[in-house]
Amino acid sequence: MLELVVISTLNGVLFGMLLFLMASGLTVIFSMLGVLNFAHASFYMLGAFFGFQISRWFGFWPALLVAPILAGIIGAGVERFGLRQVHRNGHVAELLFTFGLAFAIEEVVQIIWGKSPVDFRVPSSLDFPAFTIFSTNYPAYKMFMLLVSVAIFLALLVVLKRTRVGMIVQAALTHPHMVGHLGHNVGRIFMMVFGVGTALAAVAGVIAGPALVTQSNMAGLLGPILFVVVVVGGLGSLPGAFIASLLIGLVQTFAVSMNGSLSEVFGPLSPAYASTWLSDIWNVTVAQIAPIMPYVLLVLILALRPMGLLGTRET
Amino acid sequence: MSDITARVAPPPPTAADNLKFYGLWAAVAIFLLVLPKVFGTGGALTTFSLIGISIIFALSYNILLGQTGMLSFGHAVYYGLGGFLVIHAINIIGGNKWAIPLPLVPLIGGLAGLAFAILLGWVSTQRSGTAFAMISLGVAELVASSALILRTFFGGEAGISANRTKLLSVFGWNFGPQIQIYYLVAAWTLICMIAMYALTRTPLGRMCNAVRDNPERVQFVGYDPHVVRYIAFCFSGFFAGIAGALAAINFEIANSAYLGAVQSGTVLFAAYIGGVGFFIGPIVGAIFVTLLSLGLSDLTHVWQLYFGLFFIVVVMFAPGGITGLLMMHRPLLRGGTLGRVLPSYLVALVPTVALMIGLMLAIESVVHYTMNPTENPNIKAFGIPFNAASPLTWVLALILIVGGFIVARMTWKRVAIAWDEALTAARAKGMAA
Repeated sequence: MLELVVISTLNGVLFGMLLFLMASGLTVIFSMLGVLNFAHASFYMLGAFFGFQISRWFGFWPALLVAPILAGIIGAGVERFGLRQVHRNGHVAELLFTFGLAFAIEEVVQIIWGKSPVDFRVPSSLDFPAFTIFSTNYPAYKMFMLLVSVAIFLALLVVLKRTRVGMIVQAALTHPHMVGHLGHNVGRIFMMVFGVGTALAAVAGVIAGPALVTQSNMAGLLGPILFVVVVVGGLGSLPGAFIASLLIGLVQTFAVSMNGSLSEVFGPLSPAYASTWLSDIWNVTVAQIAPIMPYVLLVLILALRPMGLLGTRET
Repeated sequence: MSDITARVAPPPPTAADNLKFYGLWAAVAIFLLVLPKVFGTGGALTTFSLIGISIIFALSYNILLGQTGMLSFGHAVYYGLGGFLVIHAINIIGGNKWAIPLPLVPLIGGLAGLAFAILLGWVSTQRSGTAFAMISLGVAELVASSALILRTFFGGEAGISANRTKLLSVFGWNFGPQIQIYYLVAAWTLICMIAMYALTRTPLGRMCNAVRDNPERVQFVGYDPHVVRYIAFCFSGFFAGIAGALAAINFEIANSAYLGAVQSGTVLFAAYIGGVGFFIGPIVGAIFVTLLSLGLSDLTHVWQLYFGLFFIVVVMFAPGGITGLLMMHRPLLRGGTLGRVLPSYLVALVPTVALMIGLMLAIESVVHYTMNPTENPNIKAFGIPFNAASPLTWVLALILIVGGFIVARMTWKRVAIAWDEALTAARAKGMAA
């Protein structure tokens, strides 16, 4: 039991930190431009596929550096030539633009790399067990993922709170006109933020690619969960996104490792109902409903606290 | 005081207005009746049925997006649940030999959609704007994933099927042949169109518009925007359920794809491409998108990419959709200055088409290399044969893209200038606001 708890906690924190890597980029973009980037998970996918392709040509470490830069450049281009044009038509048009973009990126990825998973492997220098707890080998690569996520989280925190760049970014968030009058190019700041945000998503993609599966529907699988994180945490709240990421990471990992069902807890249903569709609800195991746990959490939070955990705004 | 109300309230419709209004619907009804007499092939009937279903679905979506300002990414939930409930209903009715004819069965789908909208709508509509979009997506994922878990009810990957001919036949119709299904769909499409149009004319419809435009003011005058959104959401769920029911009757099967993100995305594409600002917009969009998806898939393997790119172009350059573009020309037509713009359109069309052809050449060549590089490079796209391996194709594509882009930008600026002049002239004649 203790073994299960320790391993699940480790995996849950790991998944939560990966979610936060993406949610942080998404949240910063949202607070600055006021648009939830629907294509954010698509940049995560682009990161994974760029990482796969570059690591095949030059090895994993160059890929970890180059793939996010490439994705960031594409992201900055999307902001400059797409979102900025759409901006005058309002937030719905911006959201729809990123929705169409996500659709197009998925199609392009399918055209180039196909629909089946690609063979993106853990680099050999990290392909060994880091430590052994309760006779389970914990892979070094997962430890590496955790370290990268935590390092980026700390770096982001320092940059945003302690540096001049962070101060300008934060000021542009609330007072774009004032920042503009002080001589900063607000448009360029937005473009840079969008680029950095998408690059963060791509970093998550490169390091998660070998551990999870790299395939053309990975954005579609993760995108909705990402929005759950952002809504549950409270739109635009970075600490909220952090808490929600960890919460969802832990809830989902623990649910996967549990095998109980209602019929195990309360005993089997009477034979008269065994064949009706109610029997599904009775017999489904916790592990089976793990994929829907984030969404259940979303509905619960909305019913109890519509603005999200740490959100302040109603709309 | 009475003076003000008299000015604010719209004038009562004259006899001519009434005739125009009822005449229009009568014309639609006659058109729907005659349509299969003109295009009577099986393929055409199937296409018409699909378009009819798509029209109801897109209009129900527009109650949310166009009229109440709620961008939903999960409208397929109510469509799909309506479909599933109807398949089960057909099986139960057919099994027990109840005297319920098939034409009434779509109502069950509508009520199913309504019931789930009542259930899920309250939490979804608590917030508007971006948050609503995300929440609708989350709720949709919840339902779609649950469908794969609750296998007995939803039939897992394979879905649930039914036999629609087992039901009570009316006037000798057992709804086996497609023509009978066409008339069923056409009748429901007409009923739903009229009902949804009538909805926009009610005080509720007006309140929905007010909530879309300024929820804060709505609150000040004593209405709760949440309640208005919720009621609009329920109506929308009802009509989406009818659309899903008709789809299930048409295919005699319901599977988890009915509930999925693709279905939600398609209806969003249809409504937005058609134009959400007008009642007729989603109808135009539904016809256009259905025909496009049926036609393009024959022409190229990667039609979905073109579809997505087209959507992005519409969002960027024509936020009013196709209907919005057409409606823009009404003041010019009335002012008689449309002729001044048309030449500049023709000039702009040439480089734009060149740019599009260049992009298609590039995309199809790349697709050839990534999907089946070992096959013959002499490929055919949109019926035009070309050699994907020849450097000539690549150079041509590059020239068309770069040259077309530069020239198109210049010519579209000319269009904008001509447009302004024409509009000013029309205004001078008092024909445009």
